[in-house]
Amino acid sequence: MENFLASLFTFQGFAFYLFSFLTIILFWITVMSNNVLYAMTSLASGMVLISGFFFILGADFLGVVQLIVYVGAVMALYSFAMMFFDATREIKEKNTSGAVVFVLGGLSALMLVLMFAAPIHSESIQALYPMHEGVGNAQDVGIVLFTKYLVPFEVAALMLLVAMIAGIILAGKKMDQSLTEMMDEDAGEDEILTQKDEK
Amino acid sequence: METTTLIGQLPEVTAVGVAIKAILILAIISAVAGFGTYLERKVLAFMQRRLGPMHVGPYGLLQIAADGIKLFTKEDIVPQHANAVIFKVAPVITAATAFIALSAVPVFPDFRIPEFIPVLGGTFVPSIASDVNVGILFVLGMMAAGLYGPLLAGMAQANKWGIIGAARTAIQFLSYEVITGLSILAPIMLVGSLSLVDFNEAQSGGFTSWFVWQQPVAFILFLIAGFAETNRTPFDLLEHEAEVISGYATEYSGMRWGMFFIGEYANMITISILAAVVFLGGYNDFGFIAGWIMILLKVAFFFFLMLWVRAAWPHVRPDQLMWLCWKVLMPIAVINVVVTGIVIMV
Repeated sequence: MENFLASLFTFQGFAFYLFSFLTIILFWITVMSNNVLYAMTSLASGMVLISGFFFILGADFLGVVQLIVYVGAVMALYSFAMMFFDATREIKEKNTSGAVVFVLGGLSALMLVLMFAAPIHSESIQALYPMHEGVGNAQDVGIVLFTKYLVPFEVAALMLLVAMIAGIILAGKKMDQSLTEMMDEDAGEDEILTQKDEK
Repeated sequence: METTTLIGQLPEVTAVGVAIKAILILAIISAVAGFGTYLERKVLAFMQRRLGPMHVGPYGLLQIAADGIKLFTKEDIVPQHANAVIFKVAPVITAATAFIALSAVPVFPDFRIPEFIPVLGGTFVPSIASDVNVGILFVLGMMAAGLYGPLLAGMAQANKWGIIGAARTAIQFLSYEVITGLSILAPIMLVGSLSLVDFNEAQSGGFTSWFVWQQPVAFILFLIAGFAETNRTPFDLLEHEAEVISGYATEYSGMRWGMFFIGEYANMITISILAAVVFLGGYNDFGFIAGWIMILLKVAFFFFLMLWVRAAWPHVRPDQLMWLCWKVLMPIAVINVVVTGIVIMV
């Protein structure tokens, strides 16, 4: 308890507890809310706060990457999908069987206990690739990425390439035809219908 | 962490100094945003052979005060079926992210508060409020987070124009983020650092060492993408009056609308400062002109350029915008990065 209070009154400790508290609350809202807008907003702001943890730890580069990738790109894509819903109404959720909820909830609780218990062994945790003083964050990440983790890095790049090509193929049918011109000729709909019939 | 930068050699930055700096940025940039509206109307008027605001005060100078009083006292309307909480939060997100982005760029020179002032005398106020050594990425990331303002505003207001505005926000900002990132990557490769201070020092060799001469393509790409990210004409599709009434801002009035406006102007200033520091030599002295005057001049130039372009070009259609982004600008940006890489290797 004394340790907790002592750490609470340092700058880093206070920031950590504040960010953790807010992150948990926000993600709780994400899970529990029936409203698309609340869930989306709280998930996005939770992601922003998570980048705060990286800044506290001195990992500026990772913090900024968290901001750009999750907040700027991934969440924005989610929200694009959310536009198909009426955002101002509450969504009726289909509640699945109680057993599934029980098992999943129990497993999550177990995970949480394990995560909270992990720092007990914190002395046995060692940083294999600690930050170098005077060397920038980005350089450190780059060196590890292009030496030890080169193969996973390249595999991830290849997977992204595959996903991109698949996306283009899925979305790219009839891309060379202009929808506006089809409307003008009033033949577009018929054409699509006939193609469907052929299939 | 990084001690080799210019800031490291200067007097110690205290929490009080940073707080003063933050208040200064908030106060001055908000005021500049207000004055910017007046300048914009005047410049547009002169370019179109009109007079612009003339009635309130000499040359319409008090128009800013009149507009301010109107904004503050106007009735605050929340539409009946709107999601009130998100509706109220959205403008704050725009304004807040715009000002947080400003905290990592150099705004005004650093100075020391004179000793004769009580309590705060002798406090050192830094040029950059928080000198993170990944400054450029931080600014870009924060501006990327700024897209939630228009997005949530459009989705929360239960208005079809708002939804269309929100959809346009998402596609436009997401697409042009790619261009901004790729275009600025080439100068980053040349400098080998993400810190804005390092960028400034890399161009300290005078007029010829400006990156605009080495990276003209990246400079133009960055400017175009900057116009799109700050929602300026010819890319202001988010609130294009002729098509979607006012887009995401349709249902907003009074100070909530004002916050969107201040956010937009703060973003314009941020992009101007970024362009000046990354491509036009930053705040280095230029001959006999002091550095802080130089950066003010450069920022003013970019601000004027935005007004100039608004007067000169018509809007583009959304499909033209996407065509420009993915079929023209992105390939050019990628080729520019590859060529820069080859040149650095050889």
